[in-house]
Amino acid sequence: MAHVTGDWNPLGQVFYRKQEIYTLGWRDIDLDKFVVAAAPYGGPVALIRDETKLVRVQGSIRPVIYIYTSSGREISSIRWNSGHVIHLGWSCSEELLCVQEDGSVLVYDIFGQFKRTFSMGTEAKEMKVRDCRIFNSHQGTGLAVMTSSYRIFMVNNVDEPRIRRMADVPGLDAPPSSWVVISQDRQSRVLLARENDLYLLDHGGQYSRQLAPVSQQVEAYTEMAVSFNNKYLALFTNTGLLWIGSSDLERAYCEFDTKCPQRPKQLAWCGTGAIVGYWENILLMVGPGKDYVKYNVDSTVHLVPELDGLRILSNYSHEFLHKVPSVVECVFKIGSIEPGAMLYEASREFQNGSPKADEYIRMIQDRLTVAVDQCIQAAGCEHEPTTQRMLLRAASFGKCFLSDMNPEPFVRMCRTLRVLNSVRDFTIGIPLSCAQLEQLSMPVLIDRLVLRRQYPLAIRVCQYLKMPEAEGVSRILAHWACYKVQQTHVDDELIARSINEKLRDTPGISYSEIAAKAAECGRTELAIRLLEYEPKSAEQVPLLMKMGRDQLALAKAVDSGDTDLVYTVVMHLKEKLTLGDFLMTIRNLPTAQSLYLQYCKEQNREMLQDLYYQEDNFQESANCRVMDSYNETRMDERLRNLQQAQEAYTKARNEFAAKVTEEQVRLLKYQMRLEEELKRPYLDLSLHDTISQLTTEGNHKLAEQLRKEFKVPDKRFWWLKIQALAEGSDWAELDRFAKSKKSPIGYEPFIDVCLKHQNR
Amino acid sequence: MAVSAVLGPKLPDLQYLKRLARDQLVHLLESLPGRKDLVIDPDLMTPLDRIAGASLLKQHGVDKIFKLERTKIHGGCDQLVYLVRSKLTTTKLIADQITADIRDARKRKYKIIMTPRRLQVCDMVLEHEGVFGLVSIEELHLDLIPLDRDLLSMELPQFFRDYFLHGDQTWLASIAKSLVNIQSLFGPIPNIYGQGRCAKMVADMVDMMMSELGERQSPIGCEIGHLFLIDRDVDYVTPLCTQVTYEGLLDDIFGIKSGSVEFGPDVTGTDKSIKIMLSGEDEVFRAIRDRHFSNVFGFLSAKAKELQTSYDKRHNLKSVQDMKQFVSEELSNLKKQHKALTLHIGACETITKNKSRGDFEEQMRTEHGLLEGVDVRECINFIEESINRQHSRTEVLRLLCMLSSTQGGLPSKDYKSLKTQFLQSYGTEHLLTLHNLKKLGLFVEQQAPDATANKLTDKMAAKLTDGMASLQLQLQLPKKSQFRAVSRKLNLIPKSAENFELRNPNDMAYVFSGAYAPLSCKLIEQVLQREGWTGVEDIAKLLPGDNFVHLKAKSAKGKASGSNPDSDKIVLVYFLGGCSYTEVSALRFLGKQKGYRFLVATTALVNGGRLIESVSGWK
Repeated sequence: MAHVTGDWNPLGQVFYRKQEIYTLGWRDIDLDKFVVAAAPYGGPVALIRDETKLVRVQGSIRPVIYIYTSSGREISSIRWNSGHVIHLGWSCSEELLCVQEDGSVLVYDIFGQFKRTFSMGTEAKEMKVRDCRIFNSHQGTGLAVMTSSYRIFMVNNVDEPRIRRMADVPGLDAPPSSWVVISQDRQSRVLLARENDLYLLDHGGQYSRQLAPVSQQVEAYTEMAVSFNNKYLALFTNTGLLWIGSSDLERAYCEFDTKCPQRPKQLAWCGTGAIVGYWENILLMVGPGKDYVKYNVDSTVHLVPELDGLRILSNYSHEFLHKVPSVVECVFKIGSIEPGAMLYEASREFQNGSPKADEYIRMIQDRLTVAVDQCIQAAGCEHEPTTQRMLLRAASFGKCFLSDMNPEPFVRMCRTLRVLNSVRDFTIGIPLSCAQLEQLSMPVLIDRLVLRRQYPLAIRVCQYLKMPEAEGVSRILAHWACYKVQQTHVDDELIARSINEKLRDTPGISYSEIAAKAAECGRTELAIRLLEYEPKSAEQVPLLMKMGRDQLALAKAVDSGDTDLVYTVVMHLKEKLTLGDFLMTIRNLPTAQSLYLQYCKEQNREMLQDLYYQEDNFQESANCRVMDSYNETRMDERLRNLQQAQEAYTKARNEFAAKVTEEQVRLLKYQMRLEEELKRPYLDLSLHDTISQLTTEGNHKLAEQLRKEFKVPDKRFWWLKIQALAEGSDWAELDRFAKSKKSPIGYEPFIDVCLKHQNR
Repeated sequence: MAVSAVLGPKLPDLQYLKRLARDQLVHLLESLPGRKDLVIDPDLMTPLDRIAGASLLKQHGVDKIFKLERTKIHGGCDQLVYLVRSKLTTTKLIADQITADIRDARKRKYKIIMTPRRLQVCDMVLEHEGVFGLVSIEELHLDLIPLDRDLLSMELPQFFRDYFLHGDQTWLASIAKSLVNIQSLFGPIPNIYGQGRCAKMVADMVDMMMSELGERQSPIGCEIGHLFLIDRDVDYVTPLCTQVTYEGLLDDIFGIKSGSVEFGPDVTGTDKSIKIMLSGEDEVFRAIRDRHFSNVFGFLSAKAKELQTSYDKRHNLKSVQDMKQFVSEELSNLKKQHKALTLHIGACETITKNKSRGDFEEQMRTEHGLLEGVDVRECINFIEESINRQHSRTEVLRLLCMLSSTQGGLPSKDYKSLKTQFLQSYGTEHLLTLHNLKKLGLFVEQQAPDATANKLTDKMAAKLTDGMASLQLQLQLPKKSQFRAVSRKLNLIPKSAENFELRNPNDMAYVFSGAYAPLSCKLIEQVLQREGWTGVEDIAKLLPGDNFVHLKAKSAKGKASGSNPDSDKIVLVYFLGGCSYTEVSALRFLGKQKGYRFLVATTALVNGGRLIESVSGWK
């Protein structure tokens, strides 16, 4: 094995190295003839034939967009039949953004499926877009276009595009020399160069002219580049001068004369520590200390800036250029006396069976913890599994000499590397580095695997990392199922069964979501079949209603015992069906019907009567009439209601109630007469109270009449009369009453009332 | 507290429930920033006091508090929050108020907080009234409110009417949810027993909800060992009886609302009313709440003397140090007890005055007669006389229902005559009330022997068309004197009621002066003892609804190592449709006797009067 430091190049104090990560799988692709768009974080690569370069047209004139993994495996291709594509780019959720000349942006997923579109505004449409930048904003992925009138429009988040117009640059009547978007402090600004003037534009309509940071006289800034974290800026002038500084132009790190006035084909940051310019056959890396490294390239390349380095795509290979991390430097730098390096040596000697291992260990005995730590960290920074293994073996060897070492970092690193190595595999093609994964986070990585339909690997990763099922495996299975139902060529039954087989025991699966997806694809039967597996009725019912399976929805709602759900369906049906059909439908389901009755009781009395009539439910109908009668204020209405009640009671064969209501009608009429004659209120008193009041007022004749008319029993009448007379203090009449005939309730009550009213 | 240690197994801390509800309410209030007026459903006024006081509401931006009524709200704020029970009528009321605002061109922001959950029907009413777009609707999961250390209530008195009368199952989901909440706080309950249709449905719903949550191994072990679900219609007799325990009497006479009671001037001896919270934290009250009333006054006077001696201690204080200690530690405690004592003595006086009315004794005799099934004719006469003399309608209805429930319905002749008399006395509109009571099976006609069988089947056929509700009625119709049979089997009527030991009772029947032990509590005792229904099937057969049991404890014994060893002795009894304070007392007694600790949960606390009133056809 070649020494690890073999490909290291010093750049000032630090080293950079360029490693090949893939030999690309694509064939017959000449990058020179294509516009390339590669997503960061090892994402997919999109290619479209470059129309500015004349090529011999073969066959179809329609351009094709090819989408490849980072390892050069073709994922899909889109036969373009829309407008002229100005720019290609990727959003942070790995959607392909195709910006057209007319300002519309078409969004595709990595499988070339059209997802949605949005426009950059009418002005962009009318004036045509001439240039575009895609950038990472604080809200997600941003997009800025420049129209042919040199105005810039920007959206900060392509998922919810809100177009902002940037400030105009005064007197800009020719294409700017260069421009770039800087997204910092929750704001995206545009830095634009008009010849040698720099302007900073924001969407508030403000622009500010920036002082030229370059010490020498320049005519124009022809190229600029912002670092991945938006903190650093590089400017290239027409005199071949490269300026490196902070993105707010406050600080300048260095000015480097490239002696090449020609504008670079690409200018990109390598992490944060160096800027790389690409000219024909040459890559020039310049550090902030005016140090430089020159690489020769033998074919066209494309540079993809990353968080911690720069990926270089060429026709045949995919390389990663990055700064050698300091821990790696500690361990591998020739002549390093860092503990990590010693431990690594010790471990190698140990494997060779050499006693030197002991010597090395002794040398770093008191710094062994640091040594182990360095080896673990260094393993994380290595791409090559063999190197990783050597370093981890060294760490593990060092751990043997430590009793109180926390095993957690070691285990975590092993796990992370295992996941990383599996996604870096050629077939998957996501060349993530450890630092990038940290930034991206594991759930997002799993999302990306799901996005690539790498369901088995995603599930294995979840299981390996022991993620809770609800947010790990179940979610992936749900995605898988949603994908599955879109396979329209497969039989409903087959899909339903295969989905159920896989998902059966997994908790937290929402069958209704999958069913909704199926319904979206127009597969109603499949959706219903899937809903059968859904345990939550609350989820089943709305979807069934949406699909127009109202009967089934109602039945399910009733089964669930959740009245609220039943109400939902009932009311939905009521609006949809004619009244007759509606009543027939709910008639078959007593629960639904009784609920609807309940609702009508509060909201719609007339409907209530209709319902009772339909069901021949005379008892309830009568009860309802009685209630209405008492709620009514107009006398004739009250009587009418009571009479109707009486009829209904008779129909219900409730003779008792019929008789009572009949009597009540008579009583009411009687009371009306009394009111007219005596000018006192009698209405709504009970029979007892009416007689009692009449007695108290001394109208004994009328009282007697009522008593006879309504056949009041003797006992009651005596009780009543005694109390009423006492209350009216009509002692003479009481005396007469006592003597009239033998009391059926004895004479104790007479004495009681006398005592109570203090008439001794 | 030392006392709980003496009482055996420790109860789970129910205050968690309160804290959860309060946090949720605060969150909902804060989600509408700025000042706002709060309009509260009258039904929720007292329960809310238990969760959050006015000061807490003010702290979270509430400016003025109104009661939801049929009037316009004249609050100054342009934000209005309604806190209501999810009912059609209240929703309609809110819609009307908003419409009125629109007419007056008043612009306000509206938020409706529905509890215990948001209902689709309410949304529909708002939509129908055209105000749906103007309001934001939230839900507050206020289900079981802790009223005491061992007492939880949904404070949902309308549940009894809605479910048992109308067969409306809307609230069942909330009840089930409350049990899921309890289990997520205090661990899954391994043993579940139940009696009744509603109990079965709730248990099934709880099962389903728990399985939806997934069998997550909760970090808390189980703190509650048993759950007993019981429908109110299993035992109507007990809540119908006049209560004679101290707490029961307080409820009958003063009315306990969400665990607090308001004493009028006749009790306080001043011209002001005092509202106090009744709870086990009050030492004096804890000692007397479950006692038979005859046994309360003696205790209070002894306590008064004891207090006097404690006060007198101040004369014998030797040093300044002692004085300081007395003032700082004992005095405030003494004062608190003193105040409580004064109030309870005042309450006792009022109760005694109330109960020495001439016919109280006769009424008790009637009740006891009915329970034992002796001198029924005399009882009927007494009731008839009460009707003729126009005694309180509710009281009369209560006695009528008791008569019917204990005797298994009334003979046709008595039934008709009592009904006629009743309607003549109290007005024809109560035809509906009587109809409701009949539907519930509380006041029914005895099924006549075969002579009139033909006529009866006709009637039945007519009734059968009454739809769902009356079908239920047919099921609930008690078989002939079924109460008598159950009472004999469960030994509810003690043999010697005459010289029953009320002071130091050894029988649960003391809660009804030794005349009757509550059926519900005796049933619970039997089932707990047998860990299931084996051996009591013949009794269960006589009760309405099915019974069921799920025992998980045995199979899981090995696993449940983390659970509280006391949990096996903690029993949660859930009364669906309400329970009375007497039943709570009886369960406390049972607990002391058998070494259990009972937690009582209920949809509402009821007494005979409130139970009857809630199903009155006329309001």
